[in-house]
Amino acid sequence: MLAGNATGTGLSFRLDFGSTRPIYLQIIDEVKRAVARGDLQPGDRLPSQRELAELARVNPNTVQRAFREMEVTGLVETVRGQGTFLRNDPGLVQEVRLEMAQMAVVQFVAEMQRLGLGLAEAIGLVRCMWDGKGQAQSQAQSQIHGQIQSQVPGQLQDQTGADASDTGTRPGDQNR
Amino acid sequence: MQRAREERKQEQGAQEEVKMKMENTAAGMPAAEAGTPATTAGTANPETIPLVVARDLAKRFGRVDAVNGITVEIPRGQIVGLVGPNGSGKSTFLKLIAGLLRPDRGEILVAGRRPGLATKRLVAYEPEGDCLYDWMTVQQIMEFVAVQVPDWDSDKARSLLSFLNLREQLATRIRNLSNGMRARVKLLITLSRNAPLTLLDEPLSGIDPTSRLRIIQSLVSEFRLGEQTIILSTHEVAETEGIFDRVIFLEKGQIKIDGDAQELRARYGCSIQRIFEEVYA
Repeated sequence: MLAGNATGTGLSFRLDFGSTRPIYLQIIDEVKRAVARGDLQPGDRLPSQRELAELARVNPNTVQRAFREMEVTGLVETVRGQGTFLRNDPGLVQEVRLEMAQMAVVQFVAEMQRLGLGLAEAIGLVRCMWDGKGQAQSQAQSQIHGQIQSQVPGQLQDQTGADASDTGTRPGDQNR
Repeated sequence: MQRAREERKQEQGAQEEVKMKMENTAAGMPAAEAGTPATTAGTANPETIPLVVARDLAKRFGRVDAVNGITVEIPRGQIVGLVGPNGSGKSTFLKLIAGLLRPDRGEILVAGRRPGLATKRLVAYEPEGDCLYDWMTVQQIMEFVAVQVPDWDSDKARSLLSFLNLREQLATRIRNLSNGMRARVKLLITLSRNAPLTLLDEPLSGIDPTSRLRIIQSLVSEFRLGEQTIILSTHEVAETEGIFDRVIFLEKGQIKIDGDAQELRARYGCSIQRIFEEVYA
């Protein structure tokens, strides 16, 4: 929900107050994601602190802290009287992309390890999911499950979607 | 408008590091630490003593100890959330700060003075529920308040009128407005004042989600960083927790938990909303 002059930046704040990650860092994460996505370009002017606070519904002190941190780390620079601008460096996009990717990997690895998966398994899953093949596989699995269910005498009906071998209608099928 | 305010501050010889427009600066005041005691070493500079000081504050109604020993210091510049179930003392505490009630025990100071005539100009207080003359139109209410208070800001009133979508309601009588609209009018007149301390008693209670959102956004976008202090009581913790520097949990007239919002999240490992649910389960 974008208001005022902040429209078009593609910044949408899904802040997680339950997370251990401080809010001001989550705000910076969102700015970085916008850069990685291309919604914000190097050299672009960020919305004002006030606009951002309003967008994110967050304490202006917190936004100020985020801006200060971004300034200190060189992600942005402030020009008196003009605003705060992303570093005008074409390499910034790749740098930020890698950084956010690394964060995602850290979380992924942690979750995989929590679930007890080994490296080979985890890589296998990633490979499977990468070009959407993973999606097709889980669809097939639920089709099979549906077939088995529909063969059980009684009330159970196939509810998992079109079965390729199903040509006619079954009693109770209204919308297929 | 910003420039005029800045010049005023410079004239007052403000010592705070904060002296800026939110939009154009890198330096700034660090987020206020919760409960930082006032460093009143030597000269009591009004800029550095805490804005609100309560020491063993108590207020009783008949047999009920509405407030029963509150001790707290609130520095300038914080947005403080006051949360707790009904009857925990939130309204009474706010009224004691506003000077509408006198304490039975203990002490309450606003900018170093007892609440009264001297502090009225420092405090913009918005009570819960219906408090506006319902026969007045929105326009009339605004004009009425504008002459009552010393710090009415017509530019702000104008921009809030638009932001809160009240322009078309200027000629409507308060009694003919929906709850949500009435809540917006209340907020408009409270925020159109440049008072150092803004007290809001359940500004979001019983109104539609759109109005709640607009009110929260107005609070944020109109917040006078470094100059303004807001104390807001609410049950709507999930929607508001992002705006709080500090959260004070009340129960039976006493402070149960008091801390910096971020520190509380880190300490309990969850959102303020979760803490709220656990504490009052």
